[in-house]
Amino acid sequence: MTIRDIFDTLDYGPSPESETEAKAFLDAHDRRFGHFLNGSFTAPGDQMFATAAPARGQHLADVTLGSTADVDAAVAAARRAFPKWSKLPGHQRARHLYALARLLQKHARLFAVLESLDNGKPMRESRDNDIPLAQRHFYFHAGLAQLMGSEMPDRAPLGVCGQIIPWNFPLLMLAWKIAPALAAGNTVVLKPAEYTPLTALLFGQICREAGLPKGVVNIITGDGSTGAALAAHPDVDKVAFTGSTEVGRRIREATAGQGKALTLELGGKSPYIVFEDADLDSAVEGLVDAIWFNQGQVCCAGSRLLVQEGIADDFHARLKTRMAKLRAGDSLDKSIDIGAVVDPVQLKTIADMVAANTEGETHHAPIALPQTGCFYPPTLITGLAPSARLMQEEIFGPVLVSTTFRTPDEAVQLANNTRYGLAATVWSESINLALDIAPKLKAGVVWVNATNLFDAAAGFGGVRESGFGREGGWEGLLAYTRPVTATKPLKPVAAYPAPADPAPADPVDRTAKLYVGGKQARPDGGYSAPVWGPRGALLGHVSLGNRKDIRNAVEAAAKAQPGWAKAPAHLRAQILYYMAENLSARSRDFTDRLRALTGTSAASAEAEVEASIARLFTYAAWVDKLDGAAKGVPLRGLALALHEPVGLIGALCPDEAPLLGLVSVIAPAMAMGNAIVAVPSQPFPLAATDFIQVLDTSDVPGGVVNLVTGSHADLAPTLAAHLELDSVWSFSSSDLSRGIEAAASGNLKRTWVNHGRTRDWTSPAGEGRAFLEAATAIKTVWVPYGE
Amino acid sequence: MSQPTTQTSALSVAHPHLPQTTEPRPSVQPLDLDWALDVAINTSAVERRCATLPGRRSVKKDYQAAWLLKAITLIDLTTLAGDDTAGRVRRLCAKARQPVRPDLLDRLGMPGVTVGAVCVYHDMVETAVAALAGSGIPVAAVSTGFPAGLSPLDTRIEEIRRSVAAGAAEIDIVISRRHVLTGNWQALYDEMVAFREACGDAHVKAILATGELGTLRNVARASRICMLAGADFIKTSTGKEGVNATLPVSLTMIRAIRDYHARTGYRIGYKPAGGISKAKDALTYLALLREELGRRWLEPDLFRFGASSLLGDIERQLEHHVTGAYSTGFRHAMA
Repeated sequence: MTIRDIFDTLDYGPSPESETEAKAFLDAHDRRFGHFLNGSFTAPGDQMFATAAPARGQHLADVTLGSTADVDAAVAAARRAFPKWSKLPGHQRARHLYALARLLQKHARLFAVLESLDNGKPMRESRDNDIPLAQRHFYFHAGLAQLMGSEMPDRAPLGVCGQIIPWNFPLLMLAWKIAPALAAGNTVVLKPAEYTPLTALLFGQICREAGLPKGVVNIITGDGSTGAALAAHPDVDKVAFTGSTEVGRRIREATAGQGKALTLELGGKSPYIVFEDADLDSAVEGLVDAIWFNQGQVCCAGSRLLVQEGIADDFHARLKTRMAKLRAGDSLDKSIDIGAVVDPVQLKTIADMVAANTEGETHHAPIALPQTGCFYPPTLITGLAPSARLMQEEIFGPVLVSTTFRTPDEAVQLANNTRYGLAATVWSESINLALDIAPKLKAGVVWVNATNLFDAAAGFGGVRESGFGREGGWEGLLAYTRPVTATKPLKPVAAYPAPADPAPADPVDRTAKLYVGGKQARPDGGYSAPVWGPRGALLGHVSLGNRKDIRNAVEAAAKAQPGWAKAPAHLRAQILYYMAENLSARSRDFTDRLRALTGTSAASAEAEVEASIARLFTYAAWVDKLDGAAKGVPLRGLALALHEPVGLIGALCPDEAPLLGLVSVIAPAMAMGNAIVAVPSQPFPLAATDFIQVLDTSDVPGGVVNLVTGSHADLAPTLAAHLELDSVWSFSSSDLSRGIEAAASGNLKRTWVNHGRTRDWTSPAGEGRAFLEAATAIKTVWVPYGE
Repeated sequence: MSQPTTQTSALSVAHPHLPQTTEPRPSVQPLDLDWALDVAINTSAVERRCATLPGRRSVKKDYQAAWLLKAITLIDLTTLAGDDTAGRVRRLCAKARQPVRPDLLDRLGMPGVTVGAVCVYHDMVETAVAALAGSGIPVAAVSTGFPAGLSPLDTRIEEIRRSVAAGAAEIDIVISRRHVLTGNWQALYDEMVAFREACGDAHVKAILATGELGTLRNVARASRICMLAGADFIKTSTGKEGVNATLPVSLTMIRAIRDYHARTGYRIGYKPAGGISKAKDALTYLALLREELGRRWLEPDLFRFGASSLLGDIERQLEHHVTGAYSTGFRHAMA
């Protein structure tokens, strides 16, 4: 083409980024890589696998398939490094993180080119998004390392972290995992994704350049089996996983009962809501960043377009016009919007899912795709009903599905009609509308009039089956620490046995019922069990709840929770104070009851009642004091961290503290706006059933607190597997932690279990921030502004 | 809604850059305030689009040379200074005829490239028309009490008539910013209709002085009303405001043009003016137009740069393209 020809066509022409340096890096390793283990690269292993450039179908390098022995060696190296690394002053760790950030910056272009080659994503994205965000993550966490000592004095690192990351943002996900782990004083074994191991290996190289102590960071390449070995490794203290919901579920099951900390950042089908008063052209452009960013291979991709019915035709027409302007091409071309899908396997998955759809109208962008490589055209499918498979399932490709809504309420209903809850986008020029909708969306992140904004200072993570835990900000660091409080093994607390010659203690027979939806209820099964005092007195009968009672209680809780969460904080505080008042008025009764149940001394029973009153005060105080935050993100606008209630919590209360344990569990849940189904102390349930009178007389709305007495072992599986519960806690002295964590994988609900360790309910460990954090989820709401 | 019809005037035959040669000239449309005022502009989102665009599109090597040559043909080479003289204007016109050293154009295979137009004050129109005779390069006159637009309406209209009579083929008018700032949309429309009428066959560019309109929403509304009132082009700035052409303002106006085209079938031209002085900036503007409006708009009848120093940077870049060595200003003829 002559210049005159181009003068007429004004085509963009090729704009290739040089790959010389990236090739040199690969060639320096003979295109065969071992692991980065204990500060150096191992020799390539016996079993190797290839990694390719999907935009060209071109082999890039062979990497080692990590074996169980490799994982063992890496975990051992991390373990050896842990004592010294964790004891370094925060400032020293900060210096290391700062050096890593600097080196990422110095080698920014090499990382970007290597990333785009290996993953297929456009050079622009790795250059302008992935790599700068990764640098920013290390800078930010250098700061957290510096401040952790003074700001989080009661937290300690967890130990060795096993981290498994996906192929869609290889280096960025590495940064999200490694930076907070190191900042908090942990050591790391990281497994990059099978498709995209190269930037992680390059990162290993800069760890050496940075002088990071040996074994603090270990990179083990491999496939799913390598990841599984790492997740299940007995000497790993924390597993952090980003990837598919399916694999996340398997990791949840595999790690159940191991006492490991776990964070999961999983899939999504994030709604992208466009109201009629939105800036439609900007909302269209936002979709380019939502669903055509990284070929739609983004866990938080705005993949489900919900557009108000009156503007739907106009909006779809504008969108199709925009789609025709997208350019696809080689990942190193600087003038493209759409790169390659990561692998032929993924390409086939996308193509098959779209081909299998028979509903709506499918529109492929009428654009040229390269002849070779893994390319799929940007696609819009309009007119789908919520029941369509493509409206429910994650496609993880450049395919947008669309439906319409009539009212803001319906938009929220449609948005939340999903098992996922990662991110959501709202477009409206009305601040009233946007800020009304944002809190109603089931999501860990909400973007208002923007999409896919990220920053190290702002938490990212999901609810529902999009996982749990946050990455970024102080909240992300928390997930890499534990309280310093020492614990001991918790011995099972048994009920007192029946005496040889039983006799009733109360002159009038009293029936301790269940408490469901604000009403006392007889157990569905129609069974009760006697409760014996330490000296053989028959203290009463306790209802034996069963799975149907749990079902009923969860239903009641679900009905009550939205209203309770919406109640003004002051009102919730008043109700908790009122409970304290009424408990205090009955303190003598409760003291007597505790003595009769457990045989404890008068002084200690009285102390438990007093502590329970104090605890109610504590959470009444906290109701309006767990402040959110406005994060220091580089944006003209706000990134708000809001504490939202988890929703519905199922809890097995401590056996050993019949009253204080109950109060310690229900009060924080109530304070933060949750509804709770609590299973009281199994051996000493009657303090809790007496407590029904306190609940009844304290204006607690029906269904906010539900009590189902009975066997912890019988009821725990139902709670843990219940698909409507958002979280389950267990402080039971029965050995239930493993079963609960495994069963919780069903809907990936959050779990907080004791792993058979004690908690001193009378000490500060029995209340406070840990409970508040378990009772809340942080939602980050991004609101860029500007006139 | 009236449909475009092709019309060809004597003036447009003489000046192939004018829109009416290849496009039906937009006619004045009734003032539809419901449509004109119903705009939603999200400033942050507009800014994000503009910030990421330069990273999304790059043109290199021969492509860059071709694009830069195209940019030259889209320049309204401008002098609007109090010390303009006939001599200064003749020099500018000579540069307009030969904007790039002939040896460079020959090596690029593009002899005969000229700028899009020459833009001067009314008093310089006759001088410029004479200096450009036979070149096909039209003369544009800034008119209507430029730059503030605060002289009496009848004298502003008379100024247009005189400029047209003096041979200006294009008239750059300034709108009354106060009509926008006070929401007096009818007055804005009426004024623009009167200007358009006074222009006759000369085509009219409406300068919105966007730096003084306060919000992008106002920019969009003023754009729509001026288009309804018969503007052939909408233009950002006089070059005299504190803030002149910016990408967010451009995106807002370009999208207004797109909406208007969808609504009426008329293609309205766009002219960013002031502050575009680097070749790289020019490429970004061209890419923005290409992405948001399409290839068709990248012709002199639908797009102009109002610029005085842009040409110099483009000349240096073109010499670099030809020789491989970075260039300097004194190797290229000044205007």
